[in-house]
Amino acid sequence: MPKPRMDARPQASREAWAFPMLLYAALFVGLSLLYILGLSFMSRGTGYTAGLPLGGHNYARIASPLYLRSLLLSLRLAFFTALFCLLLGYPFAYFMARASARARTWLMLLLIVPFWTNALIRIYGWKILLSASGPINQALLTAGLIERPLRLLYTDFAVQVGMVYAMIPFMVLPVYSAVERMDWAMVEASRDLGATPLRAFLTVTLPMTLPGILAGLVLTFIPSIGLFFLSDLLGGSNTMLWGNMVHNELLKSRDLPFAAALSVVLLSLTGLVILLYRRMGGKAEGMVF
Amino acid sequence: MRKKNPAWANVYMALLLLLLYLPVLVVVLFSFNSNPGRTANFLFEGFSLQWYESLFDPATGYGEPLRTSLMLALWSVLLSAALGTLGAIGLTRRPLRRRLLARAGSAALSFGEQVAVLPIMVPELVLGIALMALFTLMGLPFGMVTLVLSHVVFCVPYIFITVKGRLANLDPALEEAARDLGASPMQALYTITLPLALPAVVSGCLLAFAMSMDDFVISFFVNGPTTNTLPLKIYSSVKVGVPPHVNALCTLMLAVVFLVVAISQLYSARVNRRRQVQASGGARI
Repeated sequence: MPKPRMDARPQASREAWAFPMLLYAALFVGLSLLYILGLSFMSRGTGYTAGLPLGGHNYARIASPLYLRSLLLSLRLAFFTALFCLLLGYPFAYFMARASARARTWLMLLLIVPFWTNALIRIYGWKILLSASGPINQALLTAGLIERPLRLLYTDFAVQVGMVYAMIPFMVLPVYSAVERMDWAMVEASRDLGATPLRAFLTVTLPMTLPGILAGLVLTFIPSIGLFFLSDLLGGSNTMLWGNMVHNELLKSRDLPFAAALSVVLLSLTGLVILLYRRMGGKAEGMVF
Repeated sequence: MRKKNPAWANVYMALLLLLLYLPVLVVVLFSFNSNPGRTANFLFEGFSLQWYESLFDPATGYGEPLRTSLMLALWSVLLSAALGTLGAIGLTRRPLRRRLLARAGSAALSFGEQVAVLPIMVPELVLGIALMALFTLMGLPFGMVTLVLSHVVFCVPYIFITVKGRLANLDPALEEAARDLGASPMQALYTITLPLALPAVVSGCLLAFAMSMDDFVISFFVNGPTTNTLPLKIYSSVKVGVPPHVNALCTLMLAVVFLVVAISQLYSARVNRRRQVQASGGARI
């Protein structure tokens, strides 16, 4: 008969089980990111190779108006994407969390179906919609609101619309789970103590759902900086976002060290945003639903 | 008690959903367009299945990329499920260490965990370039192998985080009870913990599968001259113009996704409802 265990240690350590995953991550995440950091200080070789001399010349090249303007444009676009996603997505998530259980199931379904389909497909739909002879222009022409088709496609506007569209589920989902977990008794209490609905929302609901908002902002801001295919498909030839710069340096100029330096800049920006997110109390787990 | 939404809230949700579905509806509508000419994407003339026919025409060449994408997603999910689930088992509820060396080891594990979930936060573009550079350095030929290796990189965190969240919420008393009844640590793991974590493994795998099927950016950098995934194929046909058969392809993909998601949502809603019924029934005992 087995002896009843009296010791306080609950179970044998299973840390060794994690070794395959940790090794894999160390090699393909850790090492590869360190490698491009190293590459960014090297010089261009023939083809896709890199070599000596070492130095910060790639970074010196980035500090030029061309690249700084692209960086600024990308950051502005990402900022407005996150902002519009918050403004449009928060009310949606809030109302969704307050709907009946059956309605929530359906709303969730309707929200995530387009998000589970290929991102390129959804962007393709916008390409049709926004084109000069597309449905939007035709509707406006028929209504007599405009005389000539508006130029909507291949503009910064189109890129902005496409980005908000592609990113909005990443705002709605974390906010929704924050609102759903929220204790409504707190809101009731503030109302009972005389707060107006607006005041109760601003002082109780909003702070309590802040983790969801933060996760949503990070999830919509970071990918927006690097989405090069979106501006490829919807943007004009002068919409050169940071992602397009990296993409071009790598595949057209075949300058691996310089592309690496551009990536490192993007990575540092990401790190900064995540650091800020952590500082404000966010967790990595908040990123997956 | 929750309050009901006001009527305008429902109107707002309906409007936003309409906006979300507008491009999708356009794609579905134009996939049935009978207009065969160059204006096929802008002028709807009537119902026809011609774009579906041209989609299944071997000359259009969607069969091979579809097969590649499915194989790629399958292999990536299988490998990531193994790595991620084992990782979650290993890193949930770690014992506290007191000795200096053991503490250092513990800190190293925590750091390793941070690195493992990093792909969720690192922009895909950076990860794609980093992996491409690494494979070049290692001398690996670009193709299915590099694609699978890269997809596993971003699939593992989804499975790891989902499974770890589930394991952390399990009552440790369950496993302890099994141990007290004479189960070995392994037996307790196989008969108690893993079955309880299975729903999380499955939902993590589904998410990873969708991510892998959808991935364009990373595949773009690590694919080989002979491998072509479905998103890569779509990109190359959409980049040059607006070929109407893409509408047909999109409609089919939408239908599949809608079916899969609808079934899984309705299933989980039913399970939840049954659980609630059981819970309220159990409360009376």
